[in-house]
Parts: sequence; structure tokens; C-alpha cells
Amino acid sequence: MSLLTHVNYFAVVLLMVAGLYIVFSSGNLVRRMIGLALFQTSTGLFYISLAKVAGGTAPIRVEPDSETARELSSRVDPGYAAQYAIDGVVYSNPLPHVLILTAIVVGVATLAVGLAIAARVREAYGTLDAGEIADADRKAGRGPVP
Amino acid sequence: MTVLSAPLISLIVDVALLAMLLVIAVSIAVTRSLLASILLMSVYSLIVAVWFVVLDAPDVAFTEAVVGAGVSTIVLLGATLLARAETEKRNWRNIIVPLLVALGTGAILLYAVTGLPEFGDAASPANQHVGRGYLETTPEEIGVPNVVTAVLASYRGFDTLGETVVIFAAGIGVALMLGFGERSLAGREPVISPRNGNHHVVLRVVAKLLIPLIALFAFYVQFHGDLGAGGGFQAGVILAVAVVLHALVFGLRDTMAAVKPGFARGVAALGVLLYAGVGVVCIINGGDFLDYDRLFTPDIEAQIPDWILPSDKPHHWGQHFGILLVELGVLLTVAATMVTIFYGFAGRLTDDPQESGT
Repeated sequence: MSLLTHVNYFAVVLLMVAGLYIVFSSGNLVRRMIGLALFQTSTGLFYISLAKVAGGTAPIRVEPDSETARELSSRVDPGYAAQYAIDGVVYSNPLPHVLILTAIVVGVATLAVGLAIAARVREAYGTLDAGEIADADRKAGRGPVP
Repeated sequence: MTVLSAPLISLIVDVALLAMLLVIAVSIAVTRSLLASILLMSVYSLIVAVWFVVLDAPDVAFTEAVVGAGVSTIVLLGATLLARAETEKRNWRNIIVPLLVALGTGAILLYAVTGLPEFGDAASPANQHVGRGYLETTPEEIGVPNVVTAVLASYRGFDTLGETVVIFAAGIGVALMLGFGERSLAGREPVISPRNGNHHVVLRVVAKLLIPLIALFAFYVQFHGDLGAGGGFQAGVILAVAVVLHALVFGLRDTMAAVKPGFARGVAALGVLLYAGVGVVCIINGGDFLDYDRLFTPDIEAQIPDWILPSDKPHHWGQHFGILLVELGVLLTVAATMVTIFYGFAGRLTDDPQESGT
């Protein structure tokens, strides 16, 4: 364990903290959604970092014994390749890529739903500030009983 | 093998990109302007996409670049237009307590991170077992080079069906809350209208060149997804971006005449139906749901001429056509849902004439 071998994970945690802070500190509903998006993106970074294999290439299979395959396998140490390579080529892990790829698209769809709710709230209350919305509810006697 | 034995240059690029991301994340947290945070978020996504390429994930990078820097910026800007750019009010109580909570969570996570395997460790549990298994079996079982596509559309086709339905449901949710945007066609002039863009000759000319190219590129990404980076999700969002660009430059009314809101809704449903339909055909032919090997009955498979997909290896016709159809379903649903969401936000702008005038 050293700083350099885990630098990605440390950075991802700091980005998550930034997202979390934005969600908690912002009264503005749209900014809260931005914080959530930031948090979600850093989760993606974490997964993709875990999937990286040193000396690896993108998980798209190259033809065995083709020129590309030979060039890729020449980059890694033979002993290392014997252990981890598939047909001579080391690939990164495809599974986290699939999970995050779909999560990003689902993320933008749910972001849109959240923003649509925020837009309707703005139309009903005339503000996007969570505190002011709670005040308006309390005045109208709709809010949670203190 | 540690990260240090990886080429030094990739480590430098990695750390430089991480530093940029941290600076942007802090700027988003500090800034009070809503517009600034949205634009910073867009830049953030673009840098994340570059970082994904460095980490061998071109498929994900593709998606993040189009979705993060493109569509979600548009949606956020649309929501801000509906809400008008407000500058946030702040007080100290709203800074200290969240900061302590966030830092506390961060400290716990940092402690947990020290127990993770080294970055790039090929022997880590995550990189052995399932992920490696997919890499080994894809050429024999699926027969497409891009393992990400094989996992997405075939091995985990059921998950992807669920995700496609979630996107469809999100589109319905937005439409239920904001409407389909068709009201902007009746009467009042939408905010996104040609009169706002009349003077921008350069924009119009460039957009006219770009829109067909973007659409063409979307189809390349779609149909090249088996062989290289790409697939239905990426292509769907790229196709939607072409429609959004048209609306931004030529006005919402013209775009809605070209791609009717009702058409977009229908296509979104059709995509899910196509995906699920492929699964049902597999059941009818005696397989499990989404078991593409049973997509064709043996006598149909014998009639498929070899020139369709010339290859000296055994053909996986069911897998090839199953993935093709399923990805097409994803493309239709994603593109149409994104367009529907955009119409919902953009068409809503006209509801309050006082505000849309500003």
C-alpha cells in the first residue's frame, strides 16, 4: 500500500466527498441534483479504476496471432503474460464497463426526472430553495409537525 | 506488477486528469452561480471521459462524453431556464454541518480504500472469476470481438432489458410531469425559436453540415458496436443530440415538425417492445428468455447465406442477429426517450409568458 498504487481510489473518494457536500449544503434543488450527478460519476470512476489491469488493453478481442496481437503482447513481460493474458494479450475487465455504461444512461434519465420534479416545485412554490419551500408549507399548515 | 511498472507517461496523464477533476469538483462546490456549476459539470464529464479512455474503457468514455457533456447539460440548462438562474443564498450553518458530515464519510472511505488491491492488480478478485470468464468464452459462445457488447447484450441481456425499461419509464415520468412539449406548438412562440437564432448565420450553416454527420455517426456507432467501441446506448444518445442541436439552432417548432413528439413516444415504446419481443421469440423456439442461440429454428438457420457475415469460424447466427436486434431496441428507446425528455423541458418554457419573455 502506497500513495501511488492507490492514488485513483483516494481521488475518487475526494470527488465523492465533494458531491456529498454539494448535496447536503445546497438549498437549491437543481444544485442538489448536480451534487448527486457528481457523486454518481465518481462511483463510475471507482468501478472503472478497479477494472483496470496493468499492461492491459481495452476489452475488445483481437485476432490471435495477428499483427495487433503480437504488438500488444510484446509490451508485457512474458511471465506476467503467461499468468494473466488470454491468447497472448492482457485485457482489462469488461464487466464493470458494462455496469457503468448502462448506469450513466440510466443516470441521465433519472436526473431528468429529478429536474422535472424540481421544475414543478418551482412552478408551485415560486422558488427552488428547500428552506423557503419548507417555510411556505409550514405557513400553509401542510408541513411536517415540528 | 504494480502501477509503477506501467509506462510512466500513463501515470502522469492519470494524475494530471485526477488533479483537474478535483479542481473542478471543488469549484462546483464553492461557486454560488447555478449556471457556472452546470457548465463546470459539463467540463467535468468531458475530463472523466478522457480518463475512461486512459483506463481502457472506450465504451464507457463514449457514453460519458455524449451523456455527461451533452445531454445532461442540456437537461440541466432546460431545468434552469424553467427555474431561472438563481444565485444561492448561503449561511454558515449550511456550510459547516454538511462539511463535517462529508469529511467524516470521506475519512471512513479513505480508511476503507487502503484495504483495496493495488491499482491495476491483475490478480485482484474483481479481475479474476466472472470478468475473466467473459473474456475467455466470448469468442466461442458469442462470436463478437467487443466483449463489452457481448456481456451487455447477450450474457447480461436481461439486466439491459431492465435498464432500457427504466429509461423508458423515466421518459414517461418526465412527460407526465412536464407534458410532451406539444403545447409550445399551439399559439405562443417557444423560447427556443428561430427568431433567437436568425442572426447566427455561421451557426445555421455549420449545424446544417453537422446534423447529418452526427446522425450518420450514430448509425456507425450502432452497427460497429459488435466489432469496436459502441452500441445502442451510445448511438441512441448521439442520435438524440442531433435532434437537440436542430432544435437549438432552428427552433423547437421546426424540430417538432420534423420529429413529431408523438412519433418519438411511439418509437420509445417500440424499442422496448422489440427488445422484449426478441426474448419472446427465443421462448417460442424452445429456448429461455433472451437465449439467442434459439432465436432461429435450425431449418431457418440453414437457409442464411454465408455472405451475410463472411468468416471461416463457426457462425453464431442467433447471437449475431439477437445482439443486432436488441441493440436496435436499445437505440430506439434511448434516442426517443432523450428526445421526449428534451421536448418536455423545452416545450414547457412557454407555459408562463411572463417568464419566457425574459
